[in-house]
Amino acid sequence: MTAHREADTPRVGAPHPDAPHAPALHAGAAEPERYELREITLRTDGHGTTRREFLKVLGGGLVVALVTHNAFAFPLQGRQSGPSPNEPGEAPEELGAWLHIDEHGVVTVYTGKVEFGQGIRTSLAQEVAEELRAPLASIRMVMGDTDLTPYDMGTFGSRSTPQMGTQLRKVGAAARELLIGLAAQQWGVDRSTLTIADGRVADPRGHRSIGYGELTAGQRLTETVRDDVAFTPAERWTIAGTSAPKVGARDIVTGRYQYTSDLRVPGMMHGKVLRPPSVGATLMSFDASAARSMSRVTVTREGDFAGVVAPSVAEAQRAVDALRATWTPAAGVQPSSRDIYAYLKRTRPSEHDGGPEPWNNTEPFVKGDVNSALAAADHRLRATYTVAYIAHVPLEPRVAIAHWTHDAQGDKLTVWTGTQRPFGVREELARAFGLPVSRVRVIVPDTGGGYGGKHTGEAAVEAARLAKAAGQPVKLAWTREEEFRWAYFRPAGVIDVDAGVRKDGTITAWQFDNYNSGPAAIRPLYAIANQRVTFHPSESPLRQGSYRALAATANHFARETHIDDLAHAVKMDPLAFRLKNIDDPRLRAVFEAAADRFGWSKGARPSSDSTAHGIGIAGGFEKGGYVATCAEVAVDRASDGVRIVRAVTAFDCGAVVNPDGLRNQIVGALIQGIGGALFEAIDFDHGVVRNAHLAEYRVPRFGDVPDIDVVLIDRKDQPSFGAGEAPIMGIAPAVGAAIFQATGTRPRTLPMARDGLRVAAK
Amino acid sequence: MRIDLDVNGRQHSVDVDPARSLLSVLREELALTGAKPGCGEGQCGACTVLLGSRSVHSCLTPVSSAAGVPVTTIEGLERDGRLHPLQQAFLDEGALQCGYCTAGMIMAGVALLDTTPSPSREEIVHTMQRNVCRCGTYPRVVAAIQRAAQAMHVPASHDGSRTGEQQLQEQQP
Repeated sequence: MTAHREADTPRVGAPHPDAPHAPALHAGAAEPERYELREITLRTDGHGTTRREFLKVLGGGLVVALVTHNAFAFPLQGRQSGPSPNEPGEAPEELGAWLHIDEHGVVTVYTGKVEFGQGIRTSLAQEVAEELRAPLASIRMVMGDTDLTPYDMGTFGSRSTPQMGTQLRKVGAAARELLIGLAAQQWGVDRSTLTIADGRVADPRGHRSIGYGELTAGQRLTETVRDDVAFTPAERWTIAGTSAPKVGARDIVTGRYQYTSDLRVPGMMHGKVLRPPSVGATLMSFDASAARSMSRVTVTREGDFAGVVAPSVAEAQRAVDALRATWTPAAGVQPSSRDIYAYLKRTRPSEHDGGPEPWNNTEPFVKGDVNSALAAADHRLRATYTVAYIAHVPLEPRVAIAHWTHDAQGDKLTVWTGTQRPFGVREELARAFGLPVSRVRVIVPDTGGGYGGKHTGEAAVEAARLAKAAGQPVKLAWTREEEFRWAYFRPAGVIDVDAGVRKDGTITAWQFDNYNSGPAAIRPLYAIANQRVTFHPSESPLRQGSYRALAATANHFARETHIDDLAHAVKMDPLAFRLKNIDDPRLRAVFEAAADRFGWSKGARPSSDSTAHGIGIAGGFEKGGYVATCAEVAVDRASDGVRIVRAVTAFDCGAVVNPDGLRNQIVGALIQGIGGALFEAIDFDHGVVRNAHLAEYRVPRFGDVPDIDVVLIDRKDQPSFGAGEAPIMGIAPAVGAAIFQATGTRPRTLPMARDGLRVAAK
Repeated sequence: MRIDLDVNGRQHSVDVDPARSLLSVLREELALTGAKPGCGEGQCGACTVLLGSRSVHSCLTPVSSAAGVPVTTIEGLERDGRLHPLQQAFLDEGALQCGYCTAGMIMAGVALLDTTPSPSREEIVHTMQRNVCRCGTYPRVVAAIQRAAQAMHVPASHDGSRTGEQQLQEQQP
């Protein structure tokens, strides 16, 4: 066999074909490539020793590994989460990625990135196939397994394409050159006379060719390559740069693919955790006698943590319901969703929170003299914007399976879980149980949604505690309600903007103060001579964390709404006003492309007695992506209901790796953005989430989706950047501007129209 | 209580609490994990299966109510290695991202196509409103249902397009 069939293509975490009818599938058995390798950890470059280990386990062939040298500052900052204190020096070396070619020509690529719907398993495989001149179907991706893949800080920040994609292209390019060299040596010809394509090296003069598998069969070769490998420019791409269907999609449409939620290991029990009535409550008294009397139920308590293990989910639920506990709420008055914004403006992160996150730069960005410029402006506009806490609502709730084993070296913990940070969760587990990281393995099957909401390992730690207490493997699946109450949220925030503009439409002054939303995309890309831009972290009464594009949505909402207001003040068209103040040609290009496709100059369709129509435009830049979105809304005059009629997004993230996958991401981000723009918000008071159910927390559904068009700007002359996040930023301010045009009411709060427009706009 | 179930044409006899959800019995007792738990509240549709030809949220369906009624799950759509036209249409349209909602979407779509062979966009939106895709693939799901409707009712030889089954046969070695 040269290239294997579709059914065998990369699908780490995919089950055995008979899985649906197997009574108890061993999760490890579902993943032969992982299972076979489980005895080794390939974590350091090892300077020879570990590289020999590769082949000892992989059984011959060619291994190519990339050593990076601080060329990628961002991933190296991952050291801040650092090695476990138990193992000084266990920090990952600069080994970025590696691949293996076996005797069948199957290329296995190892990366610590994970797939949760963004399509990175597919697009990274395309990049390797491109450089290696190998069929896409011959590439298998082993992802997110801390025993098998190189250290990786996590799959977030739209870093997979610019960082991991680049590293894998280098590995692929280096492997290609090695294969040519091997063939030249075997045939005794000059390598410059050889060609390479479609998984084969050819000698046109000698009328012969050889597949990669034959070429590497019986060999035991390891090569380390450095950062400075040249790779194929995007203009010459033939595999990357073209649309490739999602790898493993057939297993998904047949129900065969197994998420963590679907896995079983032999002897597996089910866990439930006792939850407090409010955030920060302390467990005062605990009576487990009723639960303990149930058959095959284990109860465990450790401080404020208590939980049960039982043979089935239903029995575990009955047991946890039978626990009698009293709790003392957290001290002090806690703010509610009604007074949160004053609270965020007033507070600073407390010491016990560890202060502001290290990457949150709180130093103001200052340019020119903003005070004088504000005083001298022809028009000065001040406004305050707010954004609510929102939930990620990944359709697969948090879930983990924890399995403790014991060998000569002591305890070993293996956890399957859906997380965006497998190595971060490994460290959480190592800390929680006092284990060296080498005794913890985290395996991340492709996961049912993340959106920045699965950076942490709550379910993993809880499952491991329960499994330890029960002495058996335990699966812990959070309910939707637990997700709403105990996961973390996108931060709520307040943004004050004070800006000045000349009558001719030149923005002269820009003062921007963001409280708690975050600093992502906080600085404008408009050419403004006088600026003062500041991020002020606050104390958050609710757990908060990452989210798709995180603060870029809040900052773009405030900035672009304010820009629209300034254009209105000087009676300029909002698009013309922006173009007058933008220097960056790529930002101009997305605005022009979106407006052109949308038919911006034609305006909104006419309003009627019952419905007011309006159009709006907004855009910006974040994480390597330029985005502009136009939207048209219809506002029902009687009900104040807002419907988005149509939307166009133009997007430029450099050279496009997978156009169809990119369109899917852009449309998906826009639709997810509709929720935060119009109706998503967490209601809470006294540390209790009041709308912890999908029936009470509205997410976008089929009926909320407008006609959507996408303009891809494929910049083959530019490096490729990620696209999972930036396309979410444009829709909220574009819709806000459209609502203003339709109604004369300027929404300055997200969500904008949760209980009718007038209520939200106050 | 012992309950006889007909799932994907196979007979099962399970000894379970009759109030237990059909979803939990399918997943935990029969190891049919295609239908997914998403909310447990009948709000997201990830657990959608067919009872007879009707689509139901299996998380809120007591297993007792499935006794004597043929149950079809996503695992039961494929016949002898041939995908249902709607499964094929999901592949052709790339109508998935994380894929966790996909089984429920397909089952709800199959039920719709059964009662409404050529649904309008409005009919699709109205029926599918019970299913959530958090990745936002809704437009592609609508397109997939429309594509399947066409494939199921227009013989391939008439318009030159291939049905999902034909495409699949071509792929067989």
